[in-house]
Amino acid sequence: MSVFSRGFGLRRRESDPSLPPGQYLTEDFPVLSAGPTQFVDTDDWRFFLQTEKGRTEWSWAEAMALPIEEVATDIHCVTRWSKLGTSWRGISLDSIFAGVDTEYRYVMAHSYGGYTTNVPLDDLLGGKAWLAFEFDGEPLEPVHGGPMRLLVPHLYFWKSAKWVRGLQMQQNDDPGFWEQNGYHLRGDPWKEQRYW
Amino acid sequence: MVGASLWLTGTVVSAESATPSGRILMVDVPGWPGNLAGQHLDLRLTAEDGYQAVRSYSIASVGSATTIELAVDELPDGEVSPYLVRDVQPGDQLEVRGPLGGYFVWRETQPEPVQLIAGGSGVVPLMAMSRAHHRTGSTAPFRLLYSVRTPENAYFTDELAGFESDSFRLDWVYTRSAPEGWPAAPGRLMRDTLEAAAIPAEQQPTVYVCGPTGFVEAASRLLLDLGHEEARVRTERFGGY
Repeated sequence: MSVFSRGFGLRRRESDPSLPPGQYLTEDFPVLSAGPTQFVDTDDWRFFLQTEKGRTEWSWAEAMALPIEEVATDIHCVTRWSKLGTSWRGISLDSIFAGVDTEYRYVMAHSYGGYTTNVPLDDLLGGKAWLAFEFDGEPLEPVHGGPMRLLVPHLYFWKSAKWVRGLQMQQNDDPGFWEQNGYHLRGDPWKEQRYW
Repeated sequence: MVGASLWLTGTVVSAESATPSGRILMVDVPGWPGNLAGQHLDLRLTAEDGYQAVRSYSIASVGSATTIELAVDELPDGEVSPYLVRDVQPGDQLEVRGPLGGYFVWRETQPEPVQLIAGGSGVVPLMAMSRAHHRTGSTAPFRLLYSVRTPENAYFTDELAGFESDSFRLDWVYTRSAPEGWPAAPGRLMRDTLEAAAIPAEQQPTVYVCGPTGFVEAASRLLLDLGHEEARVRTERFGGY
């Protein structure tokens, strides 16, 4: 039996084929974080990549010396807002992983403040993910994850860890913070992988 | 833990105007598995032509009851909230899925002091925590700091006043207009107020902050300034920045 909500639907929004199922369009840029915003100075910022074989680290200046890309993309939050045509600048994770030797297929992203999120390595490579430091032509604000956040726009936005400080390769797809708290291990918005 | 794939049919039992922009809805949901204090749900509306919209709402009620309580503020340009605040009537049907969220919750087994900080309708999950604290007879010290524009904008005023006891303190911040004779001029939450009204950092309270993004940003920054440990400050926000 279908349930109808009497009289609902008069204020409906236009549908847009760019919107994954169950998402609505926002012009705003909502903020979701489990704890306080982190304020990390670029002088203190470090980024690491830890594999089973060793560790590589970048300072802010070293990261900025890597090739920088312009990224125009749609973003989709599991809380159902989507924002279309956002513009970013960032460093492709292909550059970060260039020459890195690892057998592991999964990654745990770590953030300043302790946040974690797990992502399969395949979702980070091939021009699909960046370390982003600019939004709309401005340095990324702390409230939105600045100075540097992960940007993995083909997955729900909780995977795009704010205040990212490193990536740790892992043998298994161990769950990160929200994934331990009920959210999906992969989080593909087109498959509506919101919850377990 | 989540069991969130199943949509349950709910029937609106009552819809009472509670503030100038918000209503309290009681929804009867047979099969609702109960919820922890602080959890939320997905609410789905379906138009007669099949058009659907889903939004998340925090749950003000707590425990095993299958009648759940929501407090909904109407958002400008909203699509779902104006329907819930203006149109929906007792007897109308909607669907819910949940409960959702395992982090912004309080469990009665938590022995430590708890500071709740609410901005506007951000009080909803904190109300569930306050109710759980009251009902279970928890002796954990609780303190709720509730920031509203005016006294009329507050939800649950009487019920919260009834909770006041040795282990539950209620403090108000009025940002636009205060009740007559109120000792402080209206204004947004300042460091001094927070310092005076919040459980001190030395007592290592768990702090739950919920409200509009700007409010949560300001409050959590002040908390860190006052020495609260980041790991003990949990936040839930709504809206942009």
